[in-house]
Amino acid sequence: MRELFRTFTHRLAAVFRRRRLEDDLDEELRSHLEMAVELNVRKGMAPEDARGEARRSFGGVEQTKENYRDQRGLPMIETTLQDLRFGFRMLRRSPGFSALAILCLTLGIGANAAVFSWIEGILFRPYPAVTHQERLLALAGTERGEARGTPISWPDFLDLQRSCTLFDAFFVTKIMGTTLSIGDRAEVTTGSIVSANYFDAIGVPPILGRGFEPGEDAGRNAHPVTVISYQLWKGRFKGDPQIIGKTQRLSGTLHTIVGVMPEGFYGTFVGWAMQFWVPASMEETFEAGGYKLEDRGARWIEAYVRLKPGVNLRQAQEETSAVAARLESAYPDTNRGRGIRLWPLWQTPFNNAGALLPTLEIMLAVVVFVLLIACANVGNLLLVRSFARRHEMTVRMAIGAGRGRLVKQLVTEGLVLSAFGAVGGLLVAHWCRHALVLLFPARGGVTMHLPGEIDGRVLALSAGVCLLATLVVGVIPAIQTRKLDLAGALKADSAGVVGGAGRAWMRSGLVLVQVSLSFVLLVGAGLLLQSLQRIRNSSPGFSTHGVLETVVPLVSAGYDAPRAQSFQDELLERVKALPGVESAAFGRMTPLSYGSFSSAPIAVDGYQAPPEEQPIVQYNEVGPDYFATMGIPLVSGREFMRADDEKAALVAVVNETMAAKYWRGKNPIGERVQVKGRWMQVVGVARDSKYESVRETPKPFFYVPLRQNFSRGADLFIRTPLNAETMATALAREVHTLDPGLALYEVITLQEQVDRSTSPQMVAVTLVGVLGGLALLLATIGLYGVMSYAVSQSTRELGLRMALGADASNLLRLVISRGLALTAGGVLLGGVMALALTRLLGNLLYKVSPYDPLAFGSALAVMTMAALAACFLPAWRATRTDPARALRD
Amino acid sequence: MAFSKSEVLQGTLDLLVLKTLHSMGPMHGFGIAMRIQRVSEDLLRLNQGTLYPALLRLEQRGWIVSKWGISENNRKAKYYSLTRAGRKQLVEEAESWGRMSAMINRVLRTS
Repeated sequence: MRELFRTFTHRLAAVFRRRRLEDDLDEELRSHLEMAVELNVRKGMAPEDARGEARRSFGGVEQTKENYRDQRGLPMIETTLQDLRFGFRMLRRSPGFSALAILCLTLGIGANAAVFSWIEGILFRPYPAVTHQERLLALAGTERGEARGTPISWPDFLDLQRSCTLFDAFFVTKIMGTTLSIGDRAEVTTGSIVSANYFDAIGVPPILGRGFEPGEDAGRNAHPVTVISYQLWKGRFKGDPQIIGKTQRLSGTLHTIVGVMPEGFYGTFVGWAMQFWVPASMEETFEAGGYKLEDRGARWIEAYVRLKPGVNLRQAQEETSAVAARLESAYPDTNRGRGIRLWPLWQTPFNNAGALLPTLEIMLAVVVFVLLIACANVGNLLLVRSFARRHEMTVRMAIGAGRGRLVKQLVTEGLVLSAFGAVGGLLVAHWCRHALVLLFPARGGVTMHLPGEIDGRVLALSAGVCLLATLVVGVIPAIQTRKLDLAGALKADSAGVVGGAGRAWMRSGLVLVQVSLSFVLLVGAGLLLQSLQRIRNSSPGFSTHGVLETVVPLVSAGYDAPRAQSFQDELLERVKALPGVESAAFGRMTPLSYGSFSSAPIAVDGYQAPPEEQPIVQYNEVGPDYFATMGIPLVSGREFMRADDEKAALVAVVNETMAAKYWRGKNPIGERVQVKGRWMQVVGVARDSKYESVRETPKPFFYVPLRQNFSRGADLFIRTPLNAETMATALAREVHTLDPGLALYEVITLQEQVDRSTSPQMVAVTLVGVLGGLALLLATIGLYGVMSYAVSQSTRELGLRMALGADASNLLRLVISRGLALTAGGVLLGGVMALALTRLLGNLLYKVSPYDPLAFGSALAVMTMAALAACFLPAWRATRTDPARALRD
Repeated sequence: MAFSKSEVLQGTLDLLVLKTLHSMGPMHGFGIAMRIQRVSEDLLRLNQGTLYPALLRLEQRGWIVSKWGISENNRKAKYYSLTRAGRKQLVEEAESWGRMSAMINRVLRTS
């Protein structure tokens, strides 16, 4: 063992002292021979004979040296170094080829690295600076029969926290927007309401001051303290070193700034950067809908847990479910049919991670396709070059290089190429790490933050991709060496036929693969594009055009209920008086926005719920004229009026699905519904519309008058033909007249609202579209390369045809038809693949069949055009063949 | 009868080199080759070139070391000498060689 090790170090050392040792060896052998000659002379031989005898008894000098060298260094490493040097030299000698090959690989590897880094940065390690993210899980509630996660209530959180033993940490957050006024500037910004253990639990200490102390999340409005982000500190507070202890008005309440978080910490909400944090005790100040810390029915918080080391998801889920079941039986009124579920971070049901998950999954497949297409291109380039290098290869074989040695050389050259490609690819990934943010529509008051993360794992994966590329790229020309025969290399090159069989099969095969893979991507892009159109054009059940929406943040500006009520009335009067405004109304929630509608257990006369079911229905609090303004038709009855105020009888409007479910087709108008223990009379039935997602199926929903269930947090809807900018200016003027300290959210159309809620689809379309285009481009280049090479190799055939009377159009048709035949083969193969693969798009597809003929048809059209474009130039060149020269050469 | 080089097994050559260095002290490659030939009374006519990879192998294992020096007739030459590990190895190999040849002899005599 020791000898083995000694031998190895000795050999390793020899690799680096090669030149010295080589001189030593020369010297030693020379001295040996000289001594032998001298001895022979002394024995009486003639000098000539003496030298001959010495050489004979020594054996082959060069052979000895070669054996000696094999024994001395590490031959494998040395030949590899030699191959590397040679590879570099080959690249330098044909810079055009090298640049093209490296560009292809850069795009291929770069696309992979970028997607890896997004997946790492968004799904697996989404929260920079947070410790032990690998053990972090998202926790959310479930409703019986529904797969999606719902927020949980504060009392449930406290009970879970007390009862679960398998967690190191258990914390909650709730994202919210608020008005931040510093000096005379009021701005809307985004922050989080968190449990007091938040900063300890995530393991990120503030750089200044402190985090929250135990108990600061208890007591109604008892602890007006806040921790601010680094960006806020540097930006709005100009990096004030004395910031700790100063006060800042947030939502109209003075908060003491107790801490500043470090740079690069953005909170724990995938997609948006948080600017400040307040303890849960301040919930009422920031959240519409009143004091919720003691209300088990109010589900509003999002939770995370960190598992203890060694605990797995299943064990934790079992324990959590057991606790949830206890809560269910202890509090049937609020918890019946409700469970608690744990999700791995990358499947977090709230925030943008869940929304991006399907897109990123698809992207993984897409970038592998792009990589393969890029590799095929490079493989093709190498094939062309390997023909050019046939002589070199033949000579090397003739002087005794084994085939293995040649293959090793070719693979090493491939490695040099893909190593350059990998470096380029990582640069691409680095530049693209913030690119996802650009694909999301900007929204006021929110800083989007969706960074890719290039860490060790991503680097390792990219290196793996690079090796895969090397294999593909290096092995293709290597297979070709099998066909090397010493005599064949001297054969003439121009005797082939266009697209003929023989050596061209491999190049054609590669193009076939490229065409088929890009066809699959084109079909995918077509399907996604159609889904996007369908999803954006499908009626959400309210008008998307001619209705504007904005938020007048009265909660965050510190209005109490009576003041907010009179402000809303006054503003509504002023808005309605504006020229061009047809109607206007307030509502607590805008459909399709991030946030949750109120929900309440209901009871209906004559409706007997199944024993397992607690009928809980979501509702919205809306003002007079809401339905007219939103364009939601009423099937029967009336909508809310000014008269439906706190003094009048309680009323409600239900939607069609609710009417059908709870009144079983009977007209519910005039009937009663009990909400949170209060009986209300149904006065109208509204058409179903979309509430939380464009993709949802119709569900029961009802509306109550804002006045009778007052909430200070209200969105303003305005029906007007005017555009959003004009309205925003007018609205800002009116708001400013009433209260100069109020910041206005942006004014957007309801179509914009729909678009925002479907932005993950938009991201998917854009990414698949861009990469599909890239793949198409690469495949077109590949086809072009094959066709022009085929033409250049078959001048004799072309010349012969011309001599026999073929005219330019014949030749044009000949070349193009062979190119198209190749494309058709690829499309056929791609079509079969697409039929099998498009199903994987799963729920990214909306009302589009994965076998949609339109998508397949347009992919075919695009592919054909690209193929025609790729074949035209070579075909045209074929018509320029000079028959006399072609036949003579 | 003379042995051809293929019959000089690698291990045997190692043993011969070690033994030569043991009895003669530091020596250059040519000297080792001459000595082996002389001692075997020219029965063993080895291809002298094969000696050098063998010397390198022994050196890599730490059994011998080499140093440049001046030969008796004033020529620059690389001298090899036995290390302590080499001496130990020689003893071991000589023993196992002895056992081996005794066994072969016995087998040849009985059958």
